[in-house]
Amino acid sequence: MATQFIVHDKADTVGVIVVEDVRPGQELTGWIMQTDETISLKALETVPLGHKIALRNIKSGDTVLKYGHDVGRAIADIGQGRHVHIHNLKTKRW
Amino acid sequence: MGRYDFHGFRRENGRVGIRNHVIVLPLDDLSNAACEAVGNNIKGTLALPHPYGRLQFGEDLKLHFRTLIGTGSNPNVAACIVIGIEPGWTNHVVEGIAKTGKLVAGFSIEGNGDISTIAAASRKAREFVQWASEKQRELCTIQELFVSTKCGESDTTSGLASCPTVGNLIDKLDPLGATTCFGETSELTGAEMVCASRAASKEVAEEFMRVFNAYQEIIERHKTSDLSESQPTKGNIVGGLTTIEEKAFGNLQKIGRKTKFIDVLKPGEVPGKGAGLYFMDTSSAAAECVTLQAAAGFVVHLFPTGQGNVIGNPIEPVIKLTANPKTARTMEEHIDLDVSGILRRELTLDQAGDQLMDIMIRTCNGRLTCAEALGHREFVLTKLYQSA
Repeated sequence: MATQFIVHDKADTVGVIVVEDVRPGQELTGWIMQTDETISLKALETVPLGHKIALRNIKSGDTVLKYGHDVGRAIADIGQGRHVHIHNLKTKRW
Repeated sequence: MGRYDFHGFRRENGRVGIRNHVIVLPLDDLSNAACEAVGNNIKGTLALPHPYGRLQFGEDLKLHFRTLIGTGSNPNVAACIVIGIEPGWTNHVVEGIAKTGKLVAGFSIEGNGDISTIAAASRKAREFVQWASEKQRELCTIQELFVSTKCGESDTTSGLASCPTVGNLIDKLDPLGATTCFGETSELTGAEMVCASRAASKEVAEEFMRVFNAYQEIIERHKTSDLSESQPTKGNIVGGLTTIEEKAFGNLQKIGRKTKFIDVLKPGEVPGKGAGLYFMDTSSAAAECVTLQAAAGFVVHLFPTGQGNVIGNPIEPVIKLTANPKTARTMEEHIDLDVSGILRRELTLDQAGDQLMDIMIRTCNGRLTCAEALGHREFVLTKLYQSA
């Protein structure tokens, strides 16, 4: 089955788009590498290859998890299926 | 013949190289013109111009010497000409390289001028290059191989597949007795505790944290922002990486899942604890890091890229791999191994690691990497602070 996004760890709140043509409204199939599970998710906006998509609703101030680890803080509410990047996620360091 | 044996050049000190370069090494910026003239005069030699070497002092001067001596001493170098503006520091570098038993000669410009210096150095370089051209490759084992790694212009595909492919190979090389090295101190920010947990002992973990914290102090002292667009780079951000923490966890995939690092090296320091994985304190800028690893005696480099960093090194072949299907397609001439099949679930990590082993052994046997074929010879010295 074609996979449009990959998740490192079961605990992660974001996944990575691995195809070049994800469109708003598209039903996506995802693969959780750690557990070898298949999941599905609806994209709410265009997310480019290599960019992150929210796997669930994330509130402003929440810690975002990838690799099962803290990779920064949400600076805006992010809905499930939305693009996660520099407009809504910030480093906690530096 | 063992499964992972290869044909390399065994040097006077017993170390094994995979290339047979005769280099013309400037001590300082002022000697670049003479070195490049010798490189033009004598075919088969390689001049390594760089911008430093004057009025440096303290730890920065020590690093300058360590990098130049280490570059000349690398087993991928058969023989070395050193040219400097004055004889004192020139001879210091010549003597350092001579300890390996390698053919080396120094020339200085003051009191002679460029033209006489170029003539004398060219005569010596002609001798060296003809001597080196008769060196034969011989059978060497994987235990004699020094392999370094560093990633560049990473994106999220680096953390998903190309860095884990390197990690898979590191986990295979470690039990075989190879010597391996990773670095990029600042680029472990956010993942430093996980990295420290991969040290082979409490002492090594403490030394790693000391070096890590010292680098953080430099960044804290000089930063004017959160470093966005510097670390992660603008290219990283285009590729989907958002924060340094995210980048760091992707970076750390390169050391695999099992291998522990046995020592912390200073920039350009030669490993001293035998076979195993070493952490080296380096900048995360690609050419600086690879130049320091080559100066420490590493002879082949594994370089995962996401968005398409094109780096090479003059003496240490850089093997490039990517998991980004777009980069593999649009920058095909730079990519030695395409592992984007992992993202399509057509290729397992273990198969990708085997493919990387295969291309690495072929490179050790003499196959030119993409970066070598394209003439990428980035030789970039790390400078710790201003000159006096």
